[in-house]
Amino acid sequence: MPPQAGTGAVRPGEGEPGWASGLRKLYNSVVDEPLPDSFKDLLKKLDGSDDD
Amino acid sequence: MTERLSRPPAEAAFRDELLGVLPHLRAFARGLSGRPDFADDLVQEALIKAWTARERYAAGTNMRAWTFAILRNHYLSELRKNRRMTELDEGAAERLLVMEADQESPLHLGDMEAALQKLAPERREAVLLVGASGFSYEEAADIAGCPIGTMKSRVARARGDLTRMLDAEPDLSALPMTRD
Repeated sequence: MPPQAGTGAVRPGEGEPGWASGLRKLYNSVVDEPLPDSFKDLLKKLDGSDDD
Repeated sequence: MTERLSRPPAEAAFRDELLGVLPHLRAFARGLSGRPDFADDLVQEALIKAWTARERYAAGTNMRAWTFAILRNHYLSELRKNRRMTELDEGAAERLLVMEADQESPLHLGDMEAALQKLAPERREAVLLVGASGFSYEEAADIAGCPIGTMKSRVARARGDLTRMLDAEPDLSALPMTRD
């Protein structure tokens, strides 16, 4: 890879950029959401169905 | 009928494992598509596919990676079915951002999500898998069905893009130079 010139380049090993924790926070905000009942209902339905 | 009682323990364990990865599947789908309703539809379909294919899942292996691959493949086939969806995503993502903006964070989650949705799809997927879901490059390459070197370069490019969009100084050279 050619050396990156200019602003905004991330150099590996220099700690993570500011957005990296933002990305995890965004992801975890969904992980932490209460699970809609529709999913539990679906799993119950799948578990109870005789599909084989 | 007593089929629920007669379910083999392996199926109950499979169901519990699925339930355990569900929140992560939702987060991955939301990140990929930028649309909560569409994301949950994807997860529902992925659950059904995973359940149907449960005999192909080797117990004790990586349920999260296995279901992520199912979800991702389903997402791509949905996009192929209706290419217009990708265009609709943009407007929907913008509206979502306003609702989810986190005023206390130095970086607003809305800005983060907007930047994420601006990435090329394969870079978005790569940075979600490695940077958010915490998969190794090897696992992520496996999920995306690409060589590990390709995954590494996608992640690196996504990181560069996000840094330019979110962490870089305002680009003054982009301002119009009208001096007279």
